[in-house]
Amino acid sequence: MRHILSILMENEAGALSRVAGLFSARAFNIESLTVAPTEDPTVSRMTLVTSGSDEIVEQITKQLNKLIDVIKLIDLNEGPHIERELMLIKVMARDGGREEVKRMAEIFRGRIIDVTDTTYVIELTGTGEKLDAFIEALDKSLILEVVRTGVSGIARGTRALSLHIPSITRPAPAAKTETASAKATQVSVNPDHLL
Amino acid sequence: MGKKMRGAEIFVRALKDEGVEFIFGYPGGAVLHIYDELFKQDAVKHILVRHEQGATHAADGYARATGKPGVVLVTSGPGATNCVTGIATAYMDSIPMVVFTGQVPTHLIGNDAFQEVDAVGITRPCVKHNFLVEDVKDLAATIKKAFYIAATGRPGPVVVDIPKDVTADSTEYYYPQNIEIRSYKPVTKGHPGQIRKAMQLLFAAKRPMIYTGGGVVIDNAAAELTEFARLLGFPITNTLMGLGAYPATDRQFVGMLGMHGTYEANMAMHHCDVLLAIGARFDDRVTGDLAKFCPDAKIVHVDVDPSSIAKNVPVDVPIVGSAREVLREMIKVVKEARLKPMSRKSDPWWKQIDEWASVDCLRYDRKSKVIKPQHVIEELYALTKGDAYITSDVGQHQMWAAQYYKFDQPRRWINSGGLGTMGFGMPAAMGVQLGFPKATVCCVTGEASLVMCIQELSTCLQYNLPIKIINLNNRYMGMVRQWQEFFYDRRYSHSYMDALPDFVKLAESFGHVGMRVEKTPEVRDALKKALAMKNKLVLLDFITDQTENVYPMIAAGKGHHEMHLAPGSGTNRELA
Repeated sequence: MRHILSILMENEAGALSRVAGLFSARAFNIESLTVAPTEDPTVSRMTLVTSGSDEIVEQITKQLNKLIDVIKLIDLNEGPHIERELMLIKVMARDGGREEVKRMAEIFRGRIIDVTDTTYVIELTGTGEKLDAFIEALDKSLILEVVRTGVSGIARGTRALSLHIPSITRPAPAAKTETASAKATQVSVNPDHLL
Repeated sequence: MGKKMRGAEIFVRALKDEGVEFIFGYPGGAVLHIYDELFKQDAVKHILVRHEQGATHAADGYARATGKPGVVLVTSGPGATNCVTGIATAYMDSIPMVVFTGQVPTHLIGNDAFQEVDAVGITRPCVKHNFLVEDVKDLAATIKKAFYIAATGRPGPVVVDIPKDVTADSTEYYYPQNIEIRSYKPVTKGHPGQIRKAMQLLFAAKRPMIYTGGGVVIDNAAAELTEFARLLGFPITNTLMGLGAYPATDRQFVGMLGMHGTYEANMAMHHCDVLLAIGARFDDRVTGDLAKFCPDAKIVHVDVDPSSIAKNVPVDVPIVGSAREVLREMIKVVKEARLKPMSRKSDPWWKQIDEWASVDCLRYDRKSKVIKPQHVIEELYALTKGDAYITSDVGQHQMWAAQYYKFDQPRRWINSGGLGTMGFGMPAAMGVQLGFPKATVCCVTGEASLVMCIQELSTCLQYNLPIKIINLNNRYMGMVRQWQEFFYDRRYSHSYMDALPDFVKLAESFGHVGMRVEKTPEVRDALKKALAMKNKLVLLDFITDQTENVYPMIAAGKGHHEMHLAPGSGTNRELA
C-alpha cells in the first residue's frame, strides 16, 4: 500500500543523504521525495511517498526514527489527510490546437502562466492522479516538457506535525507492533541464495 | 573570557575531559597538528598500530571488554578508508566507538585534494551517526555529542571528520558536561503494561524459553538476567554475541543456539510455547528458516532499538526498553507473584530438555592422535579455569571456541558476530589486554584469519602486550572447506591455504615466542608453558585435524528441529 510519510528533520548538510541512503541500503521504495526548510530555519520538512506491506512500512518508520537527524515523523495515511502536487507542463499551442489546449487547462483548473506564439506553460495543482489524468487527456505529441514537484501532504483537522505541539507525536512504535501478531507470510527462498 | 586554544589542543583536552584512557591511531598529514599536541602530554595514551584496521579492532576489543567507548584517530583518505571494515564490525555488533578521521582543509574539500576522501559519505551506512566539523567553535561540542551518541541507547560507532584547518584555528575551550540532542532521546524504561502482559504469558507457559543476545552484555544486565532466570527456573540459551550473560556452567543453561548451537537449545526453541527474547535481533544465523521458527510460541521481545522488534519475526508482546531496566521491572513482578521456580528435577519440560541433552551433541573423537581443535579449546578452558578473555576471528575456530569454552561472565568472549570479520581477533586482543593488563587474554584463531592483521604483532611488541595466540592451523579456510564438503560435492575451490609461513619463525621475527604443537599429548603442556610466560606474547601453532567439521549444524533453509549432528551420533542424518 502507498504511504505518505511526513518527516521533520534537522536542516543540516547530509541529512537528505541519510534518508536516501537508508532507503537504498534496505531496499525500500521511494516514489517521490520533497524537502524544504520550515518556518523554523533549523528544521526541514520532508514528504516521502513509499509503498510496501504494513510490516515494511512499520520498519521504514522505525528506521527513519532511528536516524539521529530525524526529529519526528508521522504516517499521513493513519488519518484523513490532503495531498497536493504541483506540475508545470509546456505544450505546443499552434493554430486550432491553441484553443483546445486552453480549454483543457480550464477544465482541469490549470493556469496558463507563460505564452508564446507556439507554446503554453500550464501550472496545475492537485493529487498525483489528477495530474496523471491531465497528461492523459492531452495529445502526447503536443507535450514538450513535464516538471512535477512530487507530493506534499498535510493532515486534516487538528492533527499536526510540529515541534511545538507535543500531543500529536507519532504513535509509539511498540503500540503499533502489538497488533502484528499474525505470522507474516514467508516468501519461499531458493536455498542457493542463502548465505 | 577563557584562554583561546587551537583546535588540536581542544581535541586532546576534550578527550582528557571525556576520560579517554587510550587512543588507537596512526598519524598522517591531516592530523599532524593533533599528533603534535598528543606529543606534549601523557594523560591520553596513544597506541600506534601498524594498519588503521588494527586500530579500529583494538578500540573495539577494548570497548567490548571494558564497556567504555573505544577511540580511534587516523588521517584522511586511506587512513579513513582502512577504518571502514572495523567501523562496520562495531556497527553490526552495537559497540560504542568514536573514530576521528583527519580531513583535508575545508577550502580544499571537494577538490580531489591529496589524500582526500568523503569519509562522512563512505562511512554513512555503517555508523550510528557521523559529523564533519566545519568550524573550530563546534569542535568540543561535536566531540561530546559523538561520545554521547556512541555510548547511549543502542550503542554504535560514530565518526567525526576533522579538516586540518579546524585543528589549526583557535577558539575558547568549553566542554559541556551534558548534552541535549532534540532529535535523539533513547528510551530506557519499558512500558509497565507491556511488562505485566509479558509476565502473564511467562507465568502461564508450560514450555518457556529465554533467549538473550549481545544487548544484555552491552547493557551490563548479566546480573539481572541471572537473577531473573533463576527466580523462574526456566531454560535459557544465549546467542553467539550473548555468551557469558548467563553462566554457561549453570544447570539452567542449555548452550548456545542457532546454526552451530546445541541440539537441546535448538530443540527447546522449536518446541517452546512462550519465548522471551532480550537484547537479541533474530539474526538469520540464529533463527534458521523463519517459516519454521518457533511455530507454537508466543513471543515477547525486549529491545532498546524499536527497529529490532518485529523486523524478522512478528512479536506478540513488544517491549521497547533497555535490557537492564526491563529485567529489573520483571524481577519485581516475579517477586510480587511469589511463584516457585520451575522444577529442574521434575518438570516435564526439563525432562524433555534433558533427554535432548543426552544426545551429547558436542562429543568428538577424544582418542584422536591428530590434534582435534575442540580438544585444544577444552584444555585451554581447563587451564585458564574459564577465567580468560577470549577473542576470536571468524570461522570454525570461532564456533569451537564458542561451543567449548564455557563463559560464566559477560565481556569475556569477544568476537565479530554480526559482520564476521576475519582479522579481528588479534588486534581486538590488544585492546582487551590494554584494558586489563594483568588478565590472561587469548586469541583463538585460524591460520587464514590470523594473517589478515598479522602486522599488529609489531604493536604487541612495542607495548608489551603478552597475549596468547591459539592458532588452530588446519591449512584450510575451515568453514569454507566445510561448506564445500557439504554443499559443493567436495570441490575445495580456493579454500586451501597454500604456502603458509612458518608461524614459529614468524612470531620470533616479530620478537615474540613461537611454538609448534603437532600431537595430542603435547597440547596441555604447550598451553601450560605458554600461559606461564606472563610477560611474553606466545603464538601457539596447533597443527589440527584438517577434516574436522563444526557440529551440530543447521543447514541454510532448515529449521531448529532439522539439525545435523556429528557422524556417529545416534540421531545423525546425512547433510543434503
